[in-house]
Amino acid sequence: MADWVIEAREIKKTYRMGEFDVEALKGVSFTVDRGEVVSIMGPSGSGKSTMMNTLGCLDRPTSGEYILDGESVAQMNDDQLASVRNRKVGFVFQSFNLLSRLTAIGNVELPLRYAGMVEGRRERAIASLEAVGLKDRMKHRPYELSGGQQQRVAVARALVNDPAIIMADEPTGNLDSKVGKEIMSLLLNLNKERGTTLIIVTHDPTIAEQTQRVITLRDGLLESDGYEKQGKTKK
Amino acid sequence: MKFSQALLEAIESLNGNKMRSGLTVLGIVIGVAAVIAMLAVGNGAQASITGSISSIGTNLLFVFSGAPDQGGPGGPGGGGRSGNNVRPLTLADAEAITDRFAAPSVDLVAPVLQGNGTVTFAGENSTTTITGVTPAYYSVRNLELSEGEFVNEEHMLGRMSVVVLGPETADNLFGRHDGVTGESIRIEGQPFRVIGVLVAKGGGAFGSEDNGVYIPFSTAQARLIKREARDQVDIIFAQATTAESVPLAVEEISTIIRQRHRTDIGADDFTVFTQQDFLSTFATITGVLTIFLGGIAGISLLVGGIGIMNIMLVSVSERTREIGLRKALGARKRDILMQFLTESSLLSLIGGIIGIIFGWLIAFVVGQVAVASGTDFTPIVGSDAIILSTSFSAAIGLFFGIYPASRAANLEPVEALRHE
Repeated sequence: MADWVIEAREIKKTYRMGEFDVEALKGVSFTVDRGEVVSIMGPSGSGKSTMMNTLGCLDRPTSGEYILDGESVAQMNDDQLASVRNRKVGFVFQSFNLLSRLTAIGNVELPLRYAGMVEGRRERAIASLEAVGLKDRMKHRPYELSGGQQQRVAVARALVNDPAIIMADEPTGNLDSKVGKEIMSLLLNLNKERGTTLIIVTHDPTIAEQTQRVITLRDGLLESDGYEKQGKTKK
Repeated sequence: MKFSQALLEAIESLNGNKMRSGLTVLGIVIGVAAVIAMLAVGNGAQASITGSISSIGTNLLFVFSGAPDQGGPGGPGGGGRSGNNVRPLTLADAEAITDRFAAPSVDLVAPVLQGNGTVTFAGENSTTTITGVTPAYYSVRNLELSEGEFVNEEHMLGRMSVVVLGPETADNLFGRHDGVTGESIRIEGQPFRVIGVLVAKGGGAFGSEDNGVYIPFSTAQARLIKREARDQVDIIFAQATTAESVPLAVEEISTIIRQRHRTDIGADDFTVFTQQDFLSTFATITGVLTIFLGGIAGISLLVGGIGIMNIMLVSVSERTREIGLRKALGARKRDILMQFLTESSLLSLIGGIIGIIFGWLIAFVVGQVAVASGTDFTPIVGSDAIILSTSFSAAIGLFFGIYPASRAANLEPVEALRHE
């Protein structure tokens, strides 16, 4: 049996909009191996965001099975989901989402705080900041950092709990192309060094090109799933 | 997440918005300060009234003419009130009460005549209460002399023109209240020799005893205070032997006067009042007053609480994205709930502490103003008021924090993260 970190089976998600039910996902199945780099693409309305929310355990599918790192999360309650997010998922957002009241190190520590960790917390946060090359800026607040630096702090925050997957939602969307490239290479390097599975949601083909595999969604269904570089095929 | 951390974050968060936090706290500060100050003033008023009622004598009873349902005590100068078929109290009534066998629970009896008049000395004049007293009045009313002597039997028998001055009256006439014994003053134009000055007692519930002149009963009866009936008296003061015998004394006095006035039971034409009656009457009044003041102050505390809720709701909607992010990073419902509850409780707790200090200050200032204006009145900040308002404000912080906090805790992470 393959070492799947993500196993999604027939995932459906229906939203109720007023009197109408809107099917955002109409039954999507795929698996992701541990250590893979996958980009999820698709035009707006394709169910891309819903897929990301489901994979990131921010939301439950209406039906279907989702197993993340050996845990079946489709039927979990809110607090169980929170715990799974805390332990297994690291988020990198387009708009960084750092808390402006906290310093860089404070932001990186947050997931550890919610994990109930007290001892060694600071050390781990520092190590995480070091991994993104921002150890010297740890006392700075977000508004004292450039956009690229802020996104690096966000990456450090995503790493700090040593998660099974990192979900990056348009990680370079708010950055100019040069800084965007730096962030991409940072993420890819971390994947190489640590073997952390990386899932990037994007609409930018140049980003998708840098990943081993591209999953494309359209109208709530899987349109294509291809291993471009390695040329592997998979159902 | 540990509580100490929640506390730290709450402090950070409140600190990040000083102006807003300060104004929110102000609402609670005003509420708590008002409760503390109002209760202190109420308690102070109660204590002051209780004190002044106690100071008028010990185990004291008052006998007035007039049926009980014709109104309460008339107070000094209210004597001689005569309705239909009301026989005025007389000296003979007073003497009958002194009977050891008919009234064993009554120790001393002091009938008085009271009226208002003008007192003059060397061009200074002053309108004051003139009280015709017997020697017993001195002990019945717990009086003290700062100099000279009180009215005695000899003065009574001789209907002598002697007078004991209240300290305030002495001040009004002489500009001092010592070394005036032996001076001669005029009361309603008649010359009187000063034989003593009383010690100041402060304002009483029956007007100030410090402002008044005391002359022998016989002198007053003959020369200054004319009444319709012969030997009529305005009030009879009586002292019970002990505090326990006060109710007995009331019964004995009532029985004696009923017999003398030949009235049926239930148709009394006189009223016996005890100190206890006054105390409970005033306790009721000040109690209502305190509740009333405290209630008004409580409303402001409530308004302060609504202020907290308001600001917390604003804070929750402003920080929706932050809440979403925290949830994405693994915050559970109770983590978020605790975070916001800690903030709101902290607001009200800080407000409560400052409010206590502030309320204490207000009570102190009120006390100082009262002293400066010559009223013997000290607001009392009771520990009960402090405990009450602190726990009330903390409860308000919790209560008004629960709704915004649970709103925050129940936000969907996806929705919250999408919030702009």
